[in-house]
Amino acid sequence: MTAPLAIDVRGLTKSFGGTKVVDGFDMQVARGDIYGFLGPNGSGKTTTIRLLCGLLTPDSGAGTCLGYDVLSESEKIKREVGYMTQRFSLYEDLSIRENLEFVASIYGIRRARRTVGETLEKLNLADRAHQLAGTLSGGWKQRLALAAAIMHKPKLLLLDEPTAGVDPKARREFWNEIHDLAAEGLTVLVSTHYMDEAERCHKICYLAYGKLLARGTVEEVIEQSGLCKLKAAPTLEDVFVHLMRDVTDNFAIKKAG
Amino acid sequence: MAGGFSFRRLGAMIRKEFIQMRRDRLTFAMMLGVPVMQLVLFGYAINADPRHLATALFAQDHSAFTRSLVAGIENSTYFDVVAKPETAAEADRLLRNGTVQFAIEIPPNFTRDLERGARPQILLDADATDPSATGHAVTGLQLLAATVFDRDLAGPLTQLKQGPPPVGLVIHRRYNAEGRSQINIVPGLLGVILTMTMIIFTALAMTREVERGTMENLLTMPVRPLEVMVGKILPYIAVGYIQTAVILAAAYWLFSVPMTGNLWLLSAVLLVFVAANLAVGFTFSTLARNQLQAVQMTIFFFLPSILLSGFMFPFRGMPGWAQWIGEVLPITHFLRIVRGILLKGNGFEEIMLDFAAMTAFLLAVSLVALNRYRQTLD
Ligand SMILES: Nc1ncnc2c1ncn2[C@@H]1O[C@H](COP(=O)(O)OP(=O)(O)OP(=O)(O)O)[C@@H](O)[C@H]1O
Ligand SMILES: [Mg+2]
Repeated sequence: MTAPLAIDVRGLTKSFGGTKVVDGFDMQVARGDIYGFLGPNGSGKTTTIRLLCGLLTPDSGAGTCLGYDVLSESEKIKREVGYMTQRFSLYEDLSIRENLEFVASIYGIRRARRTVGETLEKLNLADRAHQLAGTLSGGWKQRLALAAAIMHKPKLLLLDEPTAGVDPKARREFWNEIHDLAAEGLTVLVSTHYMDEAERCHKICYLAYGKLLARGTVEEVIEQSGLCKLKAAPTLEDVFVHLMRDVTDNFAIKKAG
Repeated sequence: MAGGFSFRRLGAMIRKEFIQMRRDRLTFAMMLGVPVMQLVLFGYAINADPRHLATALFAQDHSAFTRSLVAGIENSTYFDVVAKPETAAEADRLLRNGTVQFAIEIPPNFTRDLERGARPQILLDADATDPSATGHAVTGLQLLAATVFDRDLAGPLTQLKQGPPPVGLVIHRRYNAEGRSQINIVPGLLGVILTMTMIIFTALAMTREVERGTMENLLTMPVRPLEVMVGKILPYIAVGYIQTAVILAAAYWLFSVPMTGNLWLLSAVLLVFVAANLAVGFTFSTLARNQLQAVQMTIFFFLPSILLSGFMFPFRGMPGWAQWIGEVLPITHFLRIVRGILLKGNGFEEIMLDFAAMTAFLLAVSLVALNRYRQTLD
């Protein structure tokens, strides 16, 4: 079954203790796209990603992920989604290889040994295969986490700040890897705080206080902001600072009013 | 400069500890709950001089004398006659399956022999697996035997009051003739050690996943709650069997605890008992938010398990409510089964009820555990 959209959700809402963390969120992601997910700290990116893969249940809203209903078919979604969490969530007291072997068996990957071996090679982890995950440096942990997320050949990859704390060279390699995967037909939703990464996405959206503020290609987002009239050659960063000024103003007005 | 001792820094440290203590509600509750529980259990539930112990009376003679004897036995408050078996075999069965602590046998021709001054013998069979449960009662009966017929021995029989007591008392301390407390405690320890370690292992194993964040990854993968639960439990069942082998070997070679019954039967029972404890641990892990809370919950469960199960203090010495709590705990039934199999050589028939109770506990707790297990992070 191939739905035209990898992600198609509307009106997703989630509150924690009375605060709406995600508020009426819509998102459409085409298959094969690399979709950048931007927004300041606490804007609800991680929460949204968790809603998409069935780790959290939305208070309201509906939609599909890979053609499966996000509310009722999270079991099926889990099989075809690879999720790389913001916080390292593999076992620190298992080695790289043991972690991957564990993940491979949970997904019921056939010829698990070979797949693990290939994945280790692909991500240059083979030399360290026997090192305990807990003793890896931050960047290497990220690489292991990516390996674990792609090993079962998911159709959709959810990456939550995959390159936080990773050095520039490794970051570039990481993104080359993501583009290779997308070229093979994988859809990627990636949250990030880096503007250069946003510019390597096919499409982006910008979230603040749980609400969608802008979306489209990078050019479209810059265009829509109307900043071109005020300033010559505005960058994406300019646009976000500008957007945030509006939001904070709005909040200030609300509070004053 | 961090040279000398600073009260300001000390103050900061203390303040931080208090804030953290207050945030962790469960820990805070346990700090009050555990002492209160200990006070109640030690203060009210535990009785080192158990009375009203279930007794079977096998009377093969009926007369005014035997009636006073029975009345005397019941008035002593040590014995509650709960069964009047018709045969010796029946009395023996009641003793073996634990329905009664004592079986008292009044021989045929008791009255005739008494009147003749032939000093008939009353037979007291005591289940002495736990010597502390029977000691006082046995002494009580010895005193009773000497004086109980004082009023009945009137007229020509008065002379029987002189000299040795008119009846003899033969005491059989069954299953533990020498009254060694190890014989009772070492099999009991098996239950206690398994309870403690099994619960804490699983409770920590799950809570660790939550605390370290690996739960998020686990939940993202297509693994079912039952698979997680059984996967967490099975390895520790193996650990439980190894622990048991070590304890039983020590019991046999170091403490000369007899191994009368069928060890295969014991291994079968062990499976249910260990699984029951692991299910408790798994349930705790779904309630606890961190490993400390999991440990505290384990202690909270462990206290009644050692105090109300008949491990430390005679089960029958406790008041009704405490026995009722004790009956719920799997260790209570396990202790009866282990002592029954090892010391009395019990077979499945005798342990059936306790086995059923333990199985029911396992099923109930497993249901709770599976219900509590969340497949989301909500
Ligand atoms: N389990 C929870 N309970 C209460 N509040 C929560 C919970 N999870 C998230 N929040 C709140 O929801 C808001 C959004 O959090 P979220 O982690 O989705 O943000 P984010 O966009 O991923 O931020 P960052 O860029 O820092 O990772 C935050 O204010 C956070 O405090
Ligand atoms: Mg986040």
